[in-house]
Amino acid sequence: MPAIEKDTLLKIYSNMVRLRVFDDKVNLLVESGIRITQHSTRGQEATQIAATAALEPNDYVMPYHRGWGWAIGKGMDPKILLSELMGKGTGCCAGKGGVHIADWKLRIMGRPGVQAAHVPIAAGVGLSIKMRKAKDVVLCFFGDGASNEGNIHEGMNLAAVWKAPVVFICENNLYALFTPNIETTSVQDIADRAQGYGIPGAIIDGNDAIAGYEAAKEAINRARSGQGPTLIEAKTYRIHGHTAMDRFHLGGYRPKEEVDEWEKKDPVKKLRERLMEIRMATAQELDEIDQKTKEEIEEAEKFAKESPYPTREDILRDVYCEA
Amino acid sequence: MAAREMTYAEALREALREEMARDERVIIMGEDVKINVWTVTRDLHKEFGDRVINCPLSESGFSGAGVGAALTGMRPVVEIMYHDFTLYAADSIANQAAKYRYMCGGGDFKVPIVFRVAGGGSSGGSGCHHGQSLEATFIHFPGLKVIFPSNPYDAKGLLKTAIRDNNPVVFFEHKLCYPIKGAVPAGDYTVPIGKAEVKREGKDVTIVSYAYILHKALKAADQLAEEGIEAEVIDLRTLRPVDTECILKSVQKTSKLVTAEEGTKMGGVGAEIAAIVAEEGLQYLDAPIKRVAAAEWIIASSAYADQMGIPQVEDIARAVKELF
Repeated sequence: MPAIEKDTLLKIYSNMVRLRVFDDKVNLLVESGIRITQHSTRGQEATQIAATAALEPNDYVMPYHRGWGWAIGKGMDPKILLSELMGKGTGCCAGKGGVHIADWKLRIMGRPGVQAAHVPIAAGVGLSIKMRKAKDVVLCFFGDGASNEGNIHEGMNLAAVWKAPVVFICENNLYALFTPNIETTSVQDIADRAQGYGIPGAIIDGNDAIAGYEAAKEAINRARSGQGPTLIEAKTYRIHGHTAMDRFHLGGYRPKEEVDEWEKKDPVKKLRERLMEIRMATAQELDEIDQKTKEEIEEAEKFAKESPYPTREDILRDVYCEA
Repeated sequence: MAAREMTYAEALREALREEMARDERVIIMGEDVKINVWTVTRDLHKEFGDRVINCPLSESGFSGAGVGAALTGMRPVVEIMYHDFTLYAADSIANQAAKYRYMCGGGDFKVPIVFRVAGGGSSGGSGCHHGQSLEATFIHFPGLKVIFPSNPYDAKGLLKTAIRDNNPVVFFEHKLCYPIKGAVPAGDYTVPIGKAEVKREGKDVTIVSYAYILHKALKAADQLAEEGIEAEVIDLRTLRPVDTECILKSVQKTSKLVTAEEGTKMGGVGAEIAAIVAEEGLQYLDAPIKRVAAAEWIIASSAYADQMGIPQVEDIARAVKELF
């Protein structure tokens, strides 16, 4: 694996900070009474940002509910993202998607609300890429909870049998809503299930951005060269609860010590320290990124709040394609 | 163009063959589509190779994959072997295909996919998971168009229109219609989505029907004519959007409405037609609306019993006569 370019590493760092600050901002907005459905990515910034950094601009990302790292990583402007989450007409889906973030030009497909429904869709995008003799790749995310859905089985079998250019990333954060996955999942390592489809399965430290980038790059290259899908399982942890409404761990379903332990593995801090350690960046450079990002997210908030809602006419449009 | 006699199944196959030749983005996906129990897609792979894809038994999976392919430049025609199996694929059809464009804000997100669904009211010994009529289930979803042709001419023309449409279309086919013969022009023609057809003119009562039971409605109309009742019979052809204008125009003339379908009554197609007429044409009526539909039953599994709860010619004729 060749060394990762400085530009790429700094881009990953800056997008991880962007996601962290954005995530915090959304939580504050929810607390202030603004209705946004937010599944916080705090603690899970590394994999989504690093894996999308390994994509080419024309590659597709097939998102899942825990975001918004795949959107920021694929290049979405936080202004546009926040506007959409707030249902504003300036959002990427003209205020009609809300949580269903999508962007045709950025090749971000619609973020699904039904767990794993998008996995067969990702296989179909891969089939279409192959049939059109294009060279693009689909990066498809899902969580450990969704890994038990029938559509995961059907979609992964289809992608494997078609040798479709799809990379599956399962972010295993140990909980589906408030249920620990040891209660619901037949294997400890979801990557083991790759064997059932005759595709490679890899386990990575989901809090290590560099590991995430390297694993994603390898799987993406493999997919692009016609060798078919890979399943990557990123072991990670959600520091906040299931949604912004559950930031303080409803019902005490997990011990505080467990959360504290994972706080020590903070992926943003980890990459920051690593970048300084390998002398890729100075503390001052990284501080500047942090500061700039905070200002950018403040501006995004202002932009989204000041943006108009779509009209009723706009809201009712686009149920059908008239062309 | 010369019209030939051919079956409904052959007409569908001809539509697929012509559309695949016309547009290389058209692909076929489904279970056993190369040999195909219904013969509709049989041997098309010999002409179109990899564009005819035998899928694993995974209705939800390959229907979803069809959505992904449709979003990114292909025009898949996905076969779901029986109405009953659409419930496995229901999320991919009703939550994904139907909503994808809207939830992504419109624009370049389009889902030009056709779900061809065989089945209809008869189990013929195959049981209650191979014999339901579930078309009414799918008319409930905005974002979808729903078609159910009754004859070879419409089957070919409507399937071509469906394939060229940029929206998801659920295209129901009736397995008892497959052997029905009719005149079908060679070469290209289309039938518009959303247009019903008056199959038989009459002044005394309107019978609204579609698909296989439409043929029973026409027989009932012949019997009624012998008794001096002239029934007008409408073939809906498209179930969503419904051709409201055609129905209201007829009811205005006849003042009586009977609907006939093979699905069960509650929440059925007839319920929707009755509601439309009640809302927009109640003033035309001089009698209550009659809905002829299947018994509130689980379709019987044996070949002996499977028609016992499905309306027959005499049931339609009886319903009409009750209005006089």
